[in-house]
Amino acid sequence: MTRPLDMLAPLALSAVIIGVWELACRALSVPIYLLPAPSDISVALVSNAPLLFSSAVVTLWAALSALLVSALFAFPLALAAALSPLVERAVRPLAVTLQVTPLVAIAPLVVTWAGLDHPEYATTALAAVVAFFPLFSGALTGLKSADPDLERLFDLYGATPVQRLMRLRVPASAPFVLEGVKVGVGLSVIGAVVAEISAGSGGSQGLAWRIVETTHQLRMAETFAALVALSMLAVILHAVTQYAETQILRKWRGR
Amino acid sequence: MQNASELGMAVATLNDVSVAYNGRQALGPIRFQVNSGETTALVGPSGCGKSTALRLLAGLESPSKGQVIRNVAKGETAVVFQAPTLAPWETVLNNVALPLRLAGVAQDVAWERAHAALSRVGLKDAAGLKPAQLSGGMAMRVSIARALSMSPKLVLLDEPFAALDEITRRKLADDVTSLWSGARPAVAFVTHSVDEAVFMADRILVMSPAPGQVVYEASVLAGFPRPPHFRTTEIFRRTVEQVSDALARSMGAP
Repeated sequence: MTRPLDMLAPLALSAVIIGVWELACRALSVPIYLLPAPSDISVALVSNAPLLFSSAVVTLWAALSALLVSALFAFPLALAAALSPLVERAVRPLAVTLQVTPLVAIAPLVVTWAGLDHPEYATTALAAVVAFFPLFSGALTGLKSADPDLERLFDLYGATPVQRLMRLRVPASAPFVLEGVKVGVGLSVIGAVVAEISAGSGGSQGLAWRIVETTHQLRMAETFAALVALSMLAVILHAVTQYAETQILRKWRGR
Repeated sequence: MQNASELGMAVATLNDVSVAYNGRQALGPIRFQVNSGETTALVGPSGCGKSTALRLLAGLESPSKGQVIRNVAKGETAVVFQAPTLAPWETVLNNVALPLRLAGVAQDVAWERAHAALSRVGLKDAAGLKPAQLSGGMAMRVSIARALSMSPKLVLLDEPFAALDEITRRKLADDVTSLWSGARPAVAFVTHSVDEAVFMADRILVMSPAPGQVVYEASVLAGFPRPPHFRTTEIFRRTVEQVSDALARSMGAP
């Protein structure tokens, strides 16, 4: 009977942390502009719900459009790299460089290029940059993951390059592509948040801007409320992608 | 009855062939041929180059030395690997129809022939399933059906039953030999099992440890189809004994 306990354990831990937090704030009279009690945060969460929701939609939209933009570059490039080792050798170092360069370091540059009038371009571009690597890498690994014996069979049956691609490599890549998308979704939210914070103006009205704005004004309960909303957005997004991945893979392998 | 001009014709020949990987001799020099209407078994210790010999016959690998003569077109060769090697995303029917589809056969014709091939291996009801829904034995049958779907002239089986349990193994061996009873392609297969080799083959080549060479050749003087009780006959017992002895000698037993 470990299952109910498994589900209860994280809830219990969260309850303990929140309880201790609440008690500590009250007992020590911690000022609300330093650390609001969970009860204050709950109030802020409820009273700001419409604003937080519309901000979450902005961030979500930025993340998803970035994912789309990223996919438009990553998948064709992965395909080209899978077909030609030369292309792979050319692209991979650049992709890796893009991956290891800290996003916050290039954010001010991208924000400047986008201009003050269009901070949403910067959020999309930066989120697209971080989502690129998992999409590219997942697709490329997947395209090269086909069973070597199946590859041999395709040799034997004289498959054309197009047949090999469409009947073997592309379908074989599905699990890896989906995994890449799952990681990419999470990273694109991070990218959007970093971009909104770096833009540093109210031009983009996403959740990260709510955090920046309220911290500057020491409205910490609202900061935490925005943080909670952001975590919830990321968790829901992850859950949805995970569910979609499971369903698609179930159909892919027939069980 | 088979056309006399086709019977015994060399379909693929290894002519003093050697294969070396990174300068290390892995196979040969070896010389043998596989003939139409005949099943040849390659038996030998692990790593002696049996599978390499098979890949040479299939045209999937080139020799370092010597000559491989293949009198079959690429599409007329079928290979069955140790693993079923099915595409997990395709249905059983589409897996079996794959070689035909790659050869440009129209979908409905390919499906019809795939259904026929599935019936021959006793799996006509599994057409709509995906490979993950099959048992190991069923998946292997699908793999064999795929090889048969294109009416190949040369069938190469690389330890096709090695991953199966003993009962499934015997059943499949029975079924596969019964498939040979009609018009027979040239068949070559690799196995670790002397029993299996004697049961399924006309001719058995015993190979030495790497770099593998043919050190003994035995003929099984019995026709096809071979019923399961062929395993209890004197000729079966005697041939198993001869081949086992030759195998033991090749591996350095006194």
